[in-house]
Amino acid sequence: MNEFRTNIGGRIARDKPLQFSFNGQSYIGYEGDTLASALLANGVHFVARSYKYHRPRGIMSSGNEEASALVNVTRGKGRDDANTRATNLHLYEGLNAQSQHCWPSLDWDIGEVTRLAGPVFAAGFYYKTFMWPKSFWEKIYEPIIRKSAGLGSAPTLPDPDTYTARYAHCDILVVGAGPAGIVAALNASKDGVRVILCDEKDEFGGDLLSTPKVIIGGLDAWDWLEKSIAVLKSRPNVTLLPRTTGFGYYEQNMLGLAERLTDHLADLPVGMPRERLHKVRAKKVILATGAIERPLVFPGNDRPGIMLASAARTYLNRYGVKVGQRVLAVTSHDAAYQSAFDLAEAGCEVPAIIDVRAHIDQALLDLAKALNIEVLSAHTIVKTSGHKRVKSVHVASIEGKANTRVIPCDALLMSGGFTPSVHLFSQSRGKLKWDEKIGAAVPDVYVQNCISVGAANGEFSLHDVLNHTAPDQNVLEIDVQNDCPLGSGQNISQLPLAQKAKKHGGAFVDFQHDVVAKDIGLAVREGFHSIEHIKRYTTTGMATDQGKTSNINGVNIAADALNRPVADMGLTTFRPPYTPTTFGTLAGHSRGKFFDITRKSPTDDWASDYGAVFEPVGLWRRASYFPRANETKHQAIARECKATRASIGISDASTLGKIEVVGPDAAEFLNRFYTNPMLKLPVGRCRYVLALKEDGFIYDDGVIARLSETRFHVTTTTGGAARVFANMQDYLQTEWPELKVWLTSISEQWAVIALNGPNVRNLIAPFVKDIDLDKDNFPHMSIREGTIFDIPTRLFRVSFTGELGYEVNIPAANALEVWKRLMEAGEQYDITPYGVEALHYMRAEKGYIIVGKDSDGTQTPEDMGMEWAIGKKKPDFIGKRSLTRPDMLLPDRPQFVGLMAHDPQVVLEEGAQIVGEQKGQTFPKMIGHITSSYMSAPLGHSIAFGMVAGGLGRIGDDVFIPMPDMTHRVKIVDPVFYDPEGKRLND
Amino acid sequence: MLLIDCPYCEQERAEIEFTCSGEAHMQKPQNADDAQWEKFLFLRANTKGVHYERWYHVHGCGRYFNAARDTISDKFLLTYKAGLPKPELPNE
Ligand SMILES: [Zn+2]
Repeated sequence: MNEFRTNIGGRIARDKPLQFSFNGQSYIGYEGDTLASALLANGVHFVARSYKYHRPRGIMSSGNEEASALVNVTRGKGRDDANTRATNLHLYEGLNAQSQHCWPSLDWDIGEVTRLAGPVFAAGFYYKTFMWPKSFWEKIYEPIIRKSAGLGSAPTLPDPDTYTARYAHCDILVVGAGPAGIVAALNASKDGVRVILCDEKDEFGGDLLSTPKVIIGGLDAWDWLEKSIAVLKSRPNVTLLPRTTGFGYYEQNMLGLAERLTDHLADLPVGMPRERLHKVRAKKVILATGAIERPLVFPGNDRPGIMLASAARTYLNRYGVKVGQRVLAVTSHDAAYQSAFDLAEAGCEVPAIIDVRAHIDQALLDLAKALNIEVLSAHTIVKTSGHKRVKSVHVASIEGKANTRVIPCDALLMSGGFTPSVHLFSQSRGKLKWDEKIGAAVPDVYVQNCISVGAANGEFSLHDVLNHTAPDQNVLEIDVQNDCPLGSGQNISQLPLAQKAKKHGGAFVDFQHDVVAKDIGLAVREGFHSIEHIKRYTTTGMATDQGKTSNINGVNIAADALNRPVADMGLTTFRPPYTPTTFGTLAGHSRGKFFDITRKSPTDDWASDYGAVFEPVGLWRRASYFPRANETKHQAIARECKATRASIGISDASTLGKIEVVGPDAAEFLNRFYTNPMLKLPVGRCRYVLALKEDGFIYDDGVIARLSETRFHVTTTTGGAARVFANMQDYLQTEWPELKVWLTSISEQWAVIALNGPNVRNLIAPFVKDIDLDKDNFPHMSIREGTIFDIPTRLFRVSFTGELGYEVNIPAANALEVWKRLMEAGEQYDITPYGVEALHYMRAEKGYIIVGKDSDGTQTPEDMGMEWAIGKKKPDFIGKRSLTRPDMLLPDRPQFVGLMAHDPQVVLEEGAQIVGEQKGQTFPKMIGHITSSYMSAPLGHSIAFGMVAGGLGRIGDDVFIPMPDMTHRVKIVDPVFYDPEGKRLND
Repeated sequence: MLLIDCPYCEQERAEIEFTCSGEAHMQKPQNADDAQWEKFLFLRANTKGVHYERWYHVHGCGRYFNAARDTISDKFLLTYKAGLPKPELPNE
């Protein structure tokens, strides 16, 4: 039997003992316990070390607001869960948890002993310590902070669990299954509409689970609960989701719910996902998210054994655990009395209740007297003692007349009243108003179809909650007896005299981030007056609990310091998630190879078998190069380039975007869309084109082939296919709806095999029918339709390498067959597959740009030296007007040039800065940067491209590339390095 | 995730089927001087409240249309076909 366990009562299964381990020591708990209740039953309060100061910390709550009792749970390889709230962790046989952020042990922690951290961590330390001298930050502050501050450690192994997700739709979603949520679900579901009721806890019932003496409609609270849940279960239109947290409220009534499926099980079922994300779209949302009790701020309020009053009552009534033998309470609110009474009735010694108020409800005083509890009204706590567990409190009258009295205890309850949990309401973008009566913000203006009910709406009377939750439902009056009304209280920032008593240690506001009251005072003195600024400067409410217990006290203290009404302070913004949500839940199945789509070209399998190394190009996977045995990447690329230029290279270019533009106005449409003149392009000819946005900057390029007067085959870059198509649709639909044009994406219908090299015509000639391959009849930049291997083809004569080139377009389904036959027939020419890398090298040798690599969305055609692509006589085209904006005409705009290092073996670094004459300056002016750089095997020297201010007028000049090892001298040259006359291309 | 009523499909569909294409009813000025052109290129209302904007039903019918959306609540007040004038808003 546990030392602190009651003999009877609670909802634990006393016939089902469970063995578990905490910090290596074995304990016994019961089915129905949480880790927190089981530890408390064993007399263990001290479970953690605090974030900054390594102070001993206990269990301060019984729910998700827990800021102190965070532990690491170990479930075998890859299953280490840091920062798990012991108060929410369902106990199971064999549970293994440890304290975190302490070394060498929880009990004897070096961080506390050396007090390394102390002076470093005052408010704003992040900002102050980021200041110069830089060496201080790197050598002193950062190592100390890294070593000292923190919570649990991130897991280092891949998560072995699976996670799943589903969409759900309902008429009414009820978040929170306390009395308000249950009665709301009962009322809402009786007419057959679809209702989902979720609650983050294992069991439905909320606070009713902690108040068994209440009588509802003549039934004991727990019987009423059982009956009500049975009714809900019996209705097919109701879905009940326990262990499911509503963590995010998004637009149009979509909520994210995280359901935990296995964390409470001793044995993990094989194949069962650990968590399930429900994306729920609800017609109406009912927020029954309850309220959170407020801690009080006083010196030494963080010692193990000090906890929220309602938590102590929950441990007693729900789990059968007494949180101490000699329990005191300190309060500014009636709520603490009920907890103190329950503990006294259960046999705990309760010597006193310390109440800051001078006037206390007589009924409470009478009840206290009957239980032999002394009520010290108008009193306060100035100090607490006890290192690893509270031992005594020092009590003084607020007037300060009598001497301080020391009262021994082993637990101290505190209550500053209740704060409605308005997190989801705020996420729904609803507006709050300050309610003086309860000293908290409550929902006021709703933006989405949603209501808040019960304590979440500031309604704390069970009778009113049960009867007014859904007034439109016309339910019968539910009678409530023995309710424990929370009553009223005084909204205070910190206990009186606390400021005078500051030498007695920290009065903690944010227990998880170790923020004390004086940090907030310091922030205000240093000029931070907005609550959002104070939050960030002090980090109050910025820990993983998002300030569930600290925000309201922080606001009160700031208001005091600023001498402003707290109602005027506002609240910091609540953002999803309501409680920490695993990445696994958010990612679901989208991980590993399912993280994103992989588009594969028709020859992907073949390339894979051939030993290709792949690289991603957008969503596509493309062969990067095809290394032979023992070849390095650069050796492979050099071989592929040389073989192509010497005979034949073959490459899969199917990823190119392709759009068929058809209709009587197709030529006019393309004439307006691209910079080039398109109206007079003869049938059978191709043109290299540039696409601009309205701002005049290049965003794509491609080749347009005219198949007939009214039919064009347009290619785009691989990455630009979707946006070019969307942009074409945009202009066709909204700017030029009068044009008769039809657009069809054909990227996936036509595969493309690019053949380059002097022997290509010889290779294909035997297999091509209905096309005259004669070089004068089928010149460079032409298209012909016919067949290859009896398969229909759109045969382009184009080149992206500078060699004689053809792009064989065939239906995608036939591409692999054509590829294999070309490989077979090409054997006699030493046909060589090449990948994207060799393609990039060869196009650079020839001076061809890659849009998005050599240009970055801020270049006009002129900047790229491509003025020739502009149809100057055209009345208009997209981007034309922008080309004469004053900024576009400046002479020192960055312009596209070739670069050659003086040392031909030096491959310059892509992205490196280019500077002009240095003349001993420390920071010479940057005049450009390198966009592409390669070692050209066919040329035998390195080549590069760059953008240089006024570069086109500086051909022949020397500029400099400062690199860590040395500064390289390079010459600005024409970007065409290979066959400038184009003899090979036109052969 | 938003639900968007495509005026061509006449169906409410999930946001993942759409892309937003910026402010609606931007008139491309003819014979613009530099100042007018700069305004057209770079200046947008950035409205807090009812915003008229263009949407593209890219994974649906492929049509561009206009919408009036409240940027505070993300509520779509209405959607309408491209080319139609700015409509009257319901209850305003
Ligand atoms: Zn549509």
